[in-house]
Amino acid sequence: MSAQPFRLAGGGLIDRSQTRSFRFDGRRYEGYAGDTLASALLANGVRLVGRSFKYHRPRGILSAGPEEPNALVELRAGARREPNTRATTTELYHGLEAASQNRWPSLAFDLLSVNQLAAPALVAGFYYKTFMWPARFWEKLYEPLIRRAAGLGRAAGREDPDHYEKAFAFCDLLVIGAGPAGLSAALAAGRAGARVILCDEDFRLGGKLLNEKREIDARAASEWIADALAELGSLPDVRIMPRTTVFGVYDHGVYGAVERVSDHLPIPPAHQPRQRSWRINAKRAVLAAGAIERPIVFAGNDTPGVMLAGAVRAYLNRHGVLPGREAVIFTTGDDGWTTARDLAAAGATIAAIVDPRPDRDPALTALATRLGARVVTGIVAGATGGRALEGLTVRAASGREEALSCDLLAVSNGWNPTLHLASHQNTRPAWDDAIHAFVPSAPPAGLSVAGAAAGRLSLALALVDGARLGGEAAAACGFAPKPTPQPPRTDPEGVAHSPVWRVRGGKRAFFPRKAFVDFQNDVTDADIELAAREGFRPVEHLKRYTTLGMATDQGKTSNLAGLAIMAEQTGKTIPETGATIFRPPYTPVAIGALAGHHRARDFRPTRLSPTHRWSQDQGAVFVESGLWMRAQYYPKPGESDWLTTVNREVLAVRNGVGLCDVSTLGKIDIQGADAAEFLERVYVNGWKALPVGKARYGLMLREDGFVMDDGTTSRLAQTHFLMTTTTANAARVMQHLEFCRQVLWPTLDVRMVSVSEHWAQAAIAGPKARAVLQGVVDPRHDISNEAFPYLAARAVTVGGGVPARLFRISFSGELAYELAVPADHGDAMMRALMAAGEPHGITPYGTEALGVMRIEKGHVAGNELNGQTTARDLGLGRMVSAKKDFIGRVMAKREALVAADRPVLVGFRPVNRSERLRAGAHFVGPGRSATLENDEGFMTSVAYSPSLRHWIGLGLLRNGPARIGERVRAVDPLRDGDVEVEICPACFLDPEGARLHG
Amino acid sequence: MRIPCPHCGARDAQEFSYLGAADPQRPDGLDATEAAMLDYVYQRDNPAGRHRELWYHGAGCHAWLTVTRDTRTHAIESIEPVRRRGAGAAA
Repeated sequence: MSAQPFRLAGGGLIDRSQTRSFRFDGRRYEGYAGDTLASALLANGVRLVGRSFKYHRPRGILSAGPEEPNALVELRAGARREPNTRATTTELYHGLEAASQNRWPSLAFDLLSVNQLAAPALVAGFYYKTFMWPARFWEKLYEPLIRRAAGLGRAAGREDPDHYEKAFAFCDLLVIGAGPAGLSAALAAGRAGARVILCDEDFRLGGKLLNEKREIDARAASEWIADALAELGSLPDVRIMPRTTVFGVYDHGVYGAVERVSDHLPIPPAHQPRQRSWRINAKRAVLAAGAIERPIVFAGNDTPGVMLAGAVRAYLNRHGVLPGREAVIFTTGDDGWTTARDLAAAGATIAAIVDPRPDRDPALTALATRLGARVVTGIVAGATGGRALEGLTVRAASGREEALSCDLLAVSNGWNPTLHLASHQNTRPAWDDAIHAFVPSAPPAGLSVAGAAAGRLSLALALVDGARLGGEAAAACGFAPKPTPQPPRTDPEGVAHSPVWRVRGGKRAFFPRKAFVDFQNDVTDADIELAAREGFRPVEHLKRYTTLGMATDQGKTSNLAGLAIMAEQTGKTIPETGATIFRPPYTPVAIGALAGHHRARDFRPTRLSPTHRWSQDQGAVFVESGLWMRAQYYPKPGESDWLTTVNREVLAVRNGVGLCDVSTLGKIDIQGADAAEFLERVYVNGWKALPVGKARYGLMLREDGFVMDDGTTSRLAQTHFLMTTTTANAARVMQHLEFCRQVLWPTLDVRMVSVSEHWAQAAIAGPKARAVLQGVVDPRHDISNEAFPYLAARAVTVGGGVPARLFRISFSGELAYELAVPADHGDAMMRALMAAGEPHGITPYGTEALGVMRIEKGHVAGNELNGQTTARDLGLGRMVSAKKDFIGRVMAKREALVAADRPVLVGFRPVNRSERLRAGAHFVGPGRSATLENDEGFMTSVAYSPSLRHWIGLGLLRNGPARIGERVRAVDPLRDGDVEVEICPACFLDPEGARLHG
Repeated sequence: MRIPCPHCGARDAQEFSYLGAADPQRPDGLDATEAAMLDYVYQRDNPAGRHRELWYHGAGCHAWLTVTRDTRTHAIESIEPVRRRGAGAAA
């Protein structure tokens, strides 16, 4: 194997002492440090790199940058396999593995290339027209078939083993692109003292200047770049970020960027992410993203060996690679001639320079003479060759055609400013007749555009623009710009240009070859003509009908030619035909980078109660409840199923005493002279008469009349209340109360603060609860039934002086207390309660037992507080005060919300007591079919009651309270349930509440 | 988006939650009519342009703020803590 047969003997920004070996489609090759995968493949003479999307045509490398439509590969293997990676931007590393895509069985011999023979049928709109009917065939037959035949790379299909992270940055000036314009901007702002972030997607900074043999101030451009980078590196407030793509512009100076931290390494180093997504907050930004060269549409223009002229210079001058030995240049501007010069200097034969412009600069002809190259005033009408370019048909202005043989065609058709980011805030680019391209118009606030990205397509303008805009940005941020030195002098360059969008079919072609507009989506000029004929003329229709400009490259090389051909078809100009507004991201961004560490267990934070360790020690099984982990039940050895455990826990509470963590409840401390008045307005019930040292159940509505939340609120002092909320609604209620205070009633003297995390709280429930508490509460506090009756709420001390709050409230219906201590003492509190309760057989219980007992008592919880229930629906209508105004009062009285047949909360028990009830089952009258018209409501909560020894349920039933004693069916078609149930009051145990007062 | 909180300085929009129009006034008191309340709870303009609206700085100072924003560009014209009695939308 000849080592890198197309590598030049010298030159280029590669390190020939650093060999990098890699594999492509299983075969081993070598390249050098500083190569991209594309340049290394070309150095090895590999020109066929992929098969096209629809027709499976052989494709080669078109470009040398992020605009690449063809050279997409699967990079890496196994779980790290990454599809649709552009070979032109993939930095070569030792051991790189890549595979071509969309071919079977092999790249050179692809069976599906027969699609080309069927090409007349595979025109634009083919899928819409062909796979119409029968509709049932779509999912099973058509779609899988299409997906296999047409497609890009394969996803890894396994969990990504690497890490991604998110980061935030702030600066005065963000410079996007480190070419001549960007470097100048960063220098001007950095010298003035501004905080500058300079991002470039490339691993080497310098932009397109790296690809050119240019001089700045009579020195090689590479020296100017090196000096600029050295100076920027010496400025303390300038941060240089290579391998970082700014992919989006968002409101108010927020920029999204992705930094490829480890993509140039086989695997990320220890503790390093693969990629890092940045949110950069910049007061100003300069977009200096350069420009993208445009291909020409002609027959066979997708043959491997047809390459953009600027890309040819990149491979020659930056990578030291000769992309072909016998070259033709097809250019519509002066710029392409530079490629002829550089190719000849590297030893290639220039078979011809084809330029349609009759009125060229005479200096160009002189250059051709020096190079010994023939000049044809005309166009390239077609290319021949299958897996590699073999020759061209050249048509002179006279119409005479001739065949030329060559292995490289460098195409130059002018440049499109890389203005994507400038249009991210929904501004449409404007057409510039001078350069025949769209240029940014009205860029987002704070962003200015420099150099080629602004359509100012010369090195001299780039340097001037950058320095000016960088200085202006610094001044706008309050930094006095340093006096600008004279702009650097550059060697002359020709920018004259007159584009040719497409060349119509060649006469000599025996078999008309396709002319591609969009290489990535296999859209031809004929497809665009068809779209025009069929009426899909507006640019958005054109895109969707033909798929022009879709997929990973988003039409970077194709959009304009597509517009130009549509304009020609409709007799309009290009700007009349339309322009594309770009949306983020500029280039594809891995979802992993956007997600960062927020995946799997870390998708969102986990909150642990202050008593979590104690629950773990008790062997708790935990359940997620919002962000919280709550103890669900505490199995004992030998208990194999959860119901056995929960039954034991419930009976322990009912007959002895149990202990449950309730720290996760929301707690809001409310103080002020108007605190009671404030509660009057947010709760449906009254608060002014609540004595100090007492708790009361409260219910609050939304302004639309539906229940928002419930909980107990205690009056700790005349002007001091402590509100509790449900665990789920803690933050929402806090926000609501602040709204009421600040927006609705700012004159009330009241303030509130969330203290949910400041207190650990435990429920001690059961006939022996007081006996247990007496072992924990300091003896100077009398907690006898007389001194501390039901609904008492007072500050106490525990464990010899630890401040605590004791509430005699009950969710279980038993004699019960809730004891709160500062969160740090939560663990000690639980252990002290367990010790004090040991002689009484104290039993830890979890949320399941809590749920069983509240259902036995008919207390509502999250299942009933579902945002669609009113106080009346929940049987709490009598709580609602008629003597005061409160949130939701008026709307709760709307006709439909007080209708007699609304579903209202009642209890249910199975007629056959051995049957199990299911939450979610719908109620249907006896003998009626289970249809929507017969639906009378649904079961909200069910539990097995170990006290009653059968299943019980709560549910919302139409006109429920008037139907006590009737029977209905609880139908659950999803689980084949159809249970006859008896309607009963929504309280199954101790309806008089005698136990509470024990 | 960045929101310049008058108490905390410019902060990311993620720290805030949005409520809606700032101008509807709650018909307080026992004599509020259902029609007035319906208007207050449900009727909203949907302007393309200048909009006075309420934001809550939940991950910051807990202040409710009146923000004047252009709905087409998200440009924020002014921001201040809510002050006026009754300058609120439905919760």
